[in-house]
Amino acid sequence: MDFTHTEERQLFKDSVARVIADTYTLDARNKAAETDLGFSAEKWAQFAKLGAIGALFSEEDGGFGGAPFDVTVLFEELGRGLVNEPFLATAILGGGLIAELGNAEQKAVIEEIIAGTKQLAFAHGEPKSRYDASHVETTAKKSGDGWVLNGAKAVVLNGSAADTLIVSARSSGAAWDEDGLSLFLVPADAAGVARHSYPSIDGLHAAEVRLDNVAVGADALLGAEGKAWPAIEKVIARANLALASEAIGAMEVARDMTIEYLKTRKQFGVVIGKFQALQHRMATVLLEIEQARSSVINAAGRFDGSRVEREMAVSSAKTLAGKIGRLVAEEAIQMHGGIAMTWEYAVGHFAKRLVMIDHMFGDVDYHVARYVALSKEAA
Amino acid sequence: MDLNFSPEDLAFQAEVRAFLKAELSPALADKVRHNKTLTKEDMVGWHATLNKRGWLAQDWPKQYGGADWTPVQQQIFDDEASAAGAPRIIPFGLKMLAPVLMKFGSEAQKAHYLPRILDGTDWWCQGYSEPGAGSDLASLKTRAVRDGDHYVINGQKTWTTLGQYADMIFCLVRTGTEGKPQEGISFILVDMKSPGITVRPIILLEGTHEVNEVFFDNVRVPAENLVGEENKGWTYAKYLLTHERTNIAGVGASKAALAEVKRIAKAETVRGVPLADDPYFAARVAQVEMELDALSTTNLRVLSSPDAAASAGSISSMLKIKGTEIRQSINDLARRAIGPYAMPFVSEALEEGYNGEPVGPEYALGVAPDYFNNRKITIFGGSNEIQRGIISKMVMGL
Repeated sequence: MDFTHTEERQLFKDSVARVIADTYTLDARNKAAETDLGFSAEKWAQFAKLGAIGALFSEEDGGFGGAPFDVTVLFEELGRGLVNEPFLATAILGGGLIAELGNAEQKAVIEEIIAGTKQLAFAHGEPKSRYDASHVETTAKKSGDGWVLNGAKAVVLNGSAADTLIVSARSSGAAWDEDGLSLFLVPADAAGVARHSYPSIDGLHAAEVRLDNVAVGADALLGAEGKAWPAIEKVIARANLALASEAIGAMEVARDMTIEYLKTRKQFGVVIGKFQALQHRMATVLLEIEQARSSVINAAGRFDGSRVEREMAVSSAKTLAGKIGRLVAEEAIQMHGGIAMTWEYAVGHFAKRLVMIDHMFGDVDYHVARYVALSKEAA
Repeated sequence: MDLNFSPEDLAFQAEVRAFLKAELSPALADKVRHNKTLTKEDMVGWHATLNKRGWLAQDWPKQYGGADWTPVQQQIFDDEASAAGAPRIIPFGLKMLAPVLMKFGSEAQKAHYLPRILDGTDWWCQGYSEPGAGSDLASLKTRAVRDGDHYVINGQKTWTTLGQYADMIFCLVRTGTEGKPQEGISFILVDMKSPGITVRPIILLEGTHEVNEVFFDNVRVPAENLVGEENKGWTYAKYLLTHERTNIAGVGASKAALAEVKRIAKAETVRGVPLADDPYFAARVAQVEMELDALSTTNLRVLSSPDAAASAGSISSMLKIKGTEIRQSINDLARRAIGPYAMPFVSEALEEGYNGEPVGPEYALGVAPDYFNNRKITIFGGSNEIQRGIISKMVMGL
């Protein structure tokens, strides 16, 4: 057992941390969130140059990392900076699916992703699917050599900026069967694709996507027809590992801001950190964050094990991230008091992100139920 | 980062398993698993078994006859021994007094007492708390007055765990009244057979005799029994409180207790369906399991981190809070799992040799008593509120 990072990974972590601390401001981030793109193209290019996108891909696929602990290390730093550039949508989800299933021709796009010149989105969730990742009603019908897609996709991250959508669609089976799911690479400007994009409450960007008789060629199919489920499940697991790590970074910033505030804000003639009612709650915040961190380490450490081992550890990490993220968010606001309710003060933005992380790829209730189901498979 | 055991650790794990299989009697394991009352012989016997193998003093350095295990080895042993139903190691001599003697004791004290802890000659108990000094330990009033070659002790200690079996007691006593309360406290070793000592049982809410009051009436103690310097006892006591870190989270015992909850939940049925399949109950079990899995890693992570020694106090506080909260939630799950059979209170049935008519399933007998008994774990050793205060000061500087 060893709980230290390799020197190389630690150096990478430090360099990302430094760039974010020196050049990334919350103000600029929030302004970028209001643009049509939803993030800063300039920052994305800067991250590409730093090698931060490439760190999420294996050497085999043209990157320089791709291990589970590369994901956790990077996303923790992104969480610390509340970075809203589309690492999750473009690299983890889009790039991840192509890396899992793509043929040589399709994988060529990974080079562009790493260079920061290609944007992707995973058009998967639907208006009625909630967090059920195999619930896909969008249809794929064979038409000549190609396919025709029809359906609606909900809260598609990075949907407006994406050059290519990876659309999940069903060519057989019932609405939530795992079998029968296929993935298609669809140009965002293809005829029949309609995107309605909007900002999210935590400073990201998403879109509702309609697919109306969208015709794609045979070369659009990613992987085998009807057999996309294992890759979808695994890539979503990676997304959850990334989100749980991002949460840790955001939690630690919210924690430190709150401790600092407790040491400086005076009421009744003393700094409020002298009040035991607040001290004890803050101690709880502190130790719970260590628990969240441990569960992320467990998930990353077990990620390359068996499917059940991986999925249980990921559901566990996402559950703790959801629960403890909420605790940290709510306590940070409560202990700050009124100032945390303002747009201008930073802690509220961290709180929003922490709470919304619970709404991505399964909340606490979803992952607890899933863990129970997986436990039965393991037994 | 690597969560896997090294080949050496795996070999060690196999060795521990083989040892437990050969040396731990099924009858004793059954007692432990079902929270039945252990006799003094049960506890002393298990110590002797471990000592014979050189595994009793797991974190002592080799020079004193310890095993000098790494934190990972200690957790492996803890997990395996708990899962097998081994009795816990009684910590007072081994884990509480010994580190203090090694660091602050005289050569004569080390040479005399450490071997006797190992071979079981001396059963130690702890004389810290007093009726008026609980969380505010420094307000203790038991006095030791120097009289020639002796100290004369007068006062009262309480919550003395297993003091009824003890040969020796290590005490915090007041030797000075000047300055802050912490400054006039000394650490002294007292023979329980000394004239003037009276031990009176305290029966706990679940009916067991586990703790005692110890009265000191002009008890004469040789001056050489003072540990370190007079009036420096608080420093030693604090060292002791922060030293015992490796097992403070109780991960192994909690894993075993959770496994027992799962066994019970499979045996209990609701309209023919195992309680384990009830979605609400299963969700509660799952959440505790997730917490415990994280704590297991937190435990190893903080104990093996290079700055662990520097922040020993806050680390043990953290592990203690989380470990005891998780343990209590497991006790709560067990209590709910057995349903109405939590109610029968047949304490004789928990004693050795009980031949009466059983009431309810055997696994249910000790569940409610253990639930109530374990309310103590968030109170003793510095209540969880005291621990949160320590974290506030030491880590956050509040």
